Amino acid sequence: MNQDIYVVVEHLRGQAADISYVMLAAARVLAQGTGGNVVAVLLGHDAQELADDLAADQVLYVDDPALAEFTSDAYEKALAGLVEENAPRAVLFGDTSIGADVAGGLSAQLELPLVSYCQSVRADDGALKFVSQICGGKIMTEGDLPDTTTLVTMIPGGFKPEEGQSAQRPEVTPVTAPALEDLRVTLKQYIEPEVGDVDISTEPILIAVGRGVQSEDDVEFAEELAEALGGAVCSSRPLVDQGWLPTARMVGKSGKRVKPKLYLAMGISGAPEHVEGIADSELIVAVNTDPDAPIFDLAQYGADIDLYDLIPALAEQIRQAKGS
Amino acid sequence: MNIVVPVKLVPDLVEELEIDESGAALDTTWMRLMVNEFDDHAVEQAILLKERGGGQVTILAPDAEDVDDVLFTAAAKGADRLIKITGPFEEQVNNHALARSLAAVVEELQPDLVLTGVQAHNDLDGPVGPLLAEYLGMPYVGYVSGVTASDGNVVAQKEYPGGLLAEMEVALPAVLGIQAAEEPPRYVAFSRVRQAMKSADISEQAVAELDLSGSPTVGRMFQPEAGERATMIEGDEDEVATRLVEIFKDAGVL
Repeated sequence: MNQDIYVVVEHLRGQAADISYVMLAAARVLAQGTGGNVVAVLLGHDAQELADDLAADQVLYVDDPALAEFTSDAYEKALAGLVEENAPRAVLFGDTSIGADVAGGLSAQLELPLVSYCQSVRADDGALKFVSQICGGKIMTEGDLPDTTTLVTMIPGGFKPEEGQSAQRPEVTPVTAPALEDLRVTLKQYIEPEVGDVDISTEPILIAVGRGVQSEDDVEFAEELAEALGGAVCSSRPLVDQGWLPTARMVGKSGKRVKPKLYLAMGISGAPEHVEGIADSELIVAVNTDPDAPIFDLAQYGADIDLYDLIPALAEQIRQAKGS
Repeated sequence: MNIVVPVKLVPDLVEELEIDESGAALDTTWMRLMVNEFDDHAVEQAILLKERGGGQVTILAPDAEDVDDVLFTAAAKGADRLIKITGPFEEQVNNHALARSLAAVVEELQPDLVLTGVQAHNDLDGPVGPLLAEYLGMPYVGYVSGVTASDGNVVAQKEYPGGLLAEMEVALPAVLGIQAAEEPPRYVAFSRVRQAMKSADISEQAVAELDLSGSPTVGRMFQPEAGERATMIEGDEDEVATRLVEIFKDAGVL
């Protein structure tokens, strides 16, 4: 095993994902502890320019037509040999629709340990520490990276993407892909996101509703408040899965990232998948009957009060304030 | 189509979680368990596929308190076969060990398709799906919110950030990690669950030993530090509303 930290760069349709830079920042912290290099692994086809702003000591670039778009099977095949032969100290993946699809398979295939939901890392007296966020953000788990090549899937929040960007172009080393044949997963097509009536990613005032809302009719309740305040209603995943709100109104990992002046979260617990989409909000106010809800760790103001009691009172006072 | 759905129970996050005396694990004494919500979506997706194209749905679950209720509920929804995997699961079993145990049982069932939840909130060593797929030698696609079956393969709708979807064609047999079923998981009345308890059988398959390798060792568990928390507004709804109006004014949104 060598002491390098590998980062599997995530990109989709020609654009590197923020998590790639977050991982590079984390890798730098680990590499400073091990004395190794930060090595970015870029898989793609005619995608070398994606290496330009990666804050890495070296980029291993694997070019193959079968890697033009992400598929789990091709990625896993391309990575397996590379990880096994080079045996880096750790390999970082995003805990995402890309990274999480391949890290587990590689862990099982290469018999390497896997740490997931990792939010931050640090080097501590020779030991490499991970901190993972589990139980919907309610519990943090800390431990040492096992003493062998370890695979890690990372969630955002511990490092800023800017820390993983560099103005200096890194050294790029082309690597020949193994034969990517007999692939069992193929991309047929992309389906573009639904265009909604409201673009929540640019709305300055958002009233967000979550599981605390008990029926479809109650979404109207939130609409009333949004109308009083002059904002739009958005939601966390469960309400969209219920069909109560269109996908275009979903905030979080699979939905939109928002950056309003006010994010008023009603009945939202603050699961990491949701929080990921709201971190850039200027002011977060949370209302939830569970005083331990993780959303209160992120919000500047909170109230553990029933949203059904609060909404009518709040809408009324807002109308009065606007009228005066 | 022969569909197998492995499900697992996880701590109910509505309850307060306590850390045990070791400081490195959750206290299970009063812990209430519930079925992993994404597994519930996997069950629903399996039943939807069966309703559309026929076949058989088998639910697998490692032994845990109240797991029989979870299995009978799946039967009431339309699952055909229920299997409880017994073994030393009362300890903090990790997903590598669970996936190895499941693989042995799933292999004998010779499924065309394995559906499981894309993740669970306590997957410290990665979700079960990709591990299981590798142990079975099957391809894996996760973050799936729609499945269409055709001859020898399925087309899975895979979710990417921002609402983008990808249609992935996956050769069978395969494992899919379900993010959301095409319909919300159906509700079944308790009377129908009770009926299932009388008519459905749970068969048991024993796993003698668990191979726990592949997971990190937890040094310490803790709750996110207080102090970074929100300033809480006290009072009844009118008092809270009054304070919020002030805050909104200060922030320039009112």
